[in-house]
Amino acid sequence: MWSLTPAEAEALLLSLKVAFWSVAASLPLGVALAWLLARRDFPGKSLFDALIHLPLVLPPVVVGYFLLLLFGRRGFIGAPLDEYLGISFAFRWTGAALACAVMGLPLLVRAVRQAFDAVDPGLEAAAATLGASPAWVFATVTLPLVLPGLLTGMLLAFARSLGEFGATITFVSNIPGETQTLPLAIYTFTQVPGGDAQAMRLCILSILLSLAALMASELLLRRANARASGRDA
Amino acid sequence: MLEFDARCRLGAFALDAAFGTDGALTALFGRSGSGKTTVLNLIAGLARPDSGRIAVGGRVLYDSLGGVALAAHRRRVGYVFQEGRLLPHLTVRQNLLYGSLFNRAQTRVVGFGQAVALLGLEALLERRPAALSGGEKQRVAIGRALLSNPEVLLLDEPLASLDTPRKAEILYYIERLRDEVRVPIVYVSHSLDEVVRLADSVVLLSAGKVLASGSVRDLMSRVELRPYLGRFEGGAVIEARVAGQDLESGLARLEFGGGALEIPDVEALVGEQVRIRVRARDVSIALARPSGLSIRNVLAGTVAELGEENGASLDVRLDLGGTPLIARITRKSAAELGLRPGVPVFALIKSVSIDRRSVGYA
Repeated sequence: MWSLTPAEAEALLLSLKVAFWSVAASLPLGVALAWLLARRDFPGKSLFDALIHLPLVLPPVVVGYFLLLLFGRRGFIGAPLDEYLGISFAFRWTGAALACAVMGLPLLVRAVRQAFDAVDPGLEAAAATLGASPAWVFATVTLPLVLPGLLTGMLLAFARSLGEFGATITFVSNIPGETQTLPLAIYTFTQVPGGDAQAMRLCILSILLSLAALMASELLLRRANARASGRDA
Repeated sequence: MLEFDARCRLGAFALDAAFGTDGALTALFGRSGSGKTTVLNLIAGLARPDSGRIAVGGRVLYDSLGGVALAAHRRRVGYVFQEGRLLPHLTVRQNLLYGSLFNRAQTRVVGFGQAVALLGLEALLERRPAALSGGEKQRVAIGRALLSNPEVLLLDEPLASLDTPRKAEILYYIERLRDEVRVPIVYVSHSLDEVVRLADSVVLLSAGKVLASGSVRDLMSRVELRPYLGRFEGGAVIEARVAGQDLESGLARLEFGGGALEIPDVEALVGEQVRIRVRARDVSIALARPSGLSIRNVLAGTVAELGEENGASLDVRLDLGGTPLIARITRKSAAELGLRPGVPVFALIKSVSIDRRSVGYA
């Protein structure tokens, strides 16, 4: 009763793997976009901002369908990627991670952008007068001070990935062991007669997983906040 | 040491200022909004002039004609901001050492231990900025700027956010800095007390322009600058030698070219030079040497110049054997006494009108 069946374990591990890589892959891009939005003015900025946030308000199916068009075997980007670099997203767990990354990106960017906005530019100027080049200022002042916001954004994106359903199933389908993450597995059981008990087991697993992620991030956040504001953690 | 010549426009404010200074501590003095902080930001490279030339110790930091505009992090300018601006995520020790990450020069202005001792930071090293008092923060900020091995130190009203006891504490450390460390200091202030106590030269700014620059003594005795030097606090600065300390009465006898003064609370040894500011409103004028008077300082001199009339009062510059002194009296008195240049008079100064904040130690 308390141990996971091999199929459940597989779905759980796949979910964690997909969520981890979706966050890891979107992190550099997310920080760069957040920085751009917080610190730079350029023509078309509001349209750019809206585009990044689009996955937040679009039906996930729409995102999944566009991913399929772009990154599918015969997609604009997917076909050349497959042909020249041998990288394929179609019906693979990497595709699931890509779908989750796109869905989680706006949450990451929002949180990090707010953190950038909250950094006192006076501190960065002070670091510059002490001899730190712009790159060093970013690494030693800006980044440590946005760390709490970065952690919040990463958690939100991670949680979004764990729960992602529509874009994933549309883009990479529902293949056990390859693209069938926890939500997809739950959905599958609810479609099978007599699958209620197994669906419930996976639901409870999802709840425990989400709780654990929330509590871990709360702990990290508290420490990062204390550090960034100069109190001893 | 510092050559400054810059024009820039920031919204409604325009700066067009040029001055040069060789002093160990140069004060930029003026009301708020006169452009003092802008000058510092231009020197530090945190703001960019439209045109001009800025050089420190012969090294050109900015020159619009020569096409030089060093980035802030290459200027080697130690900037102490009004609010300290310590990095909140680092300890005091890490803040102090931050600049040396980027400057590995062998010859340093001060060593770590020396700076820590000079500014009394021993007990604070492992703390974080959030756990420091205002005065402690400023001491750390000064140490941090010093340890970045600067060629000039810029202090932007470092006492502004502090209470009176803290001010005295930081003033003491800045004096030590001026006398013990060979880095020229540019000190922004709108407090005459601080200027008189610390500075050897002053640049007087008003509305983005340099009204005058020179030694503290010269500027303070110029009657036409009086409106800019504070209506109530302004007055001449006299440089004098401590000739005697009477412990019983608590009065020091100070001798200068124009005579001698008895002043309380002078913390200097016999033979040392001090600088005292005599507020114009504390000086009275008599035509004959009065007797039966509690006022201890009666100095003979002549009227040198009558200043512009200002409401009911006017400023009179007296010449005490070559030393200028300014008296603020009513227009009516000036007329009744028949004051005009050349008239011999006596200046009366109450000893107690000169408090410890008016004394500077050279």
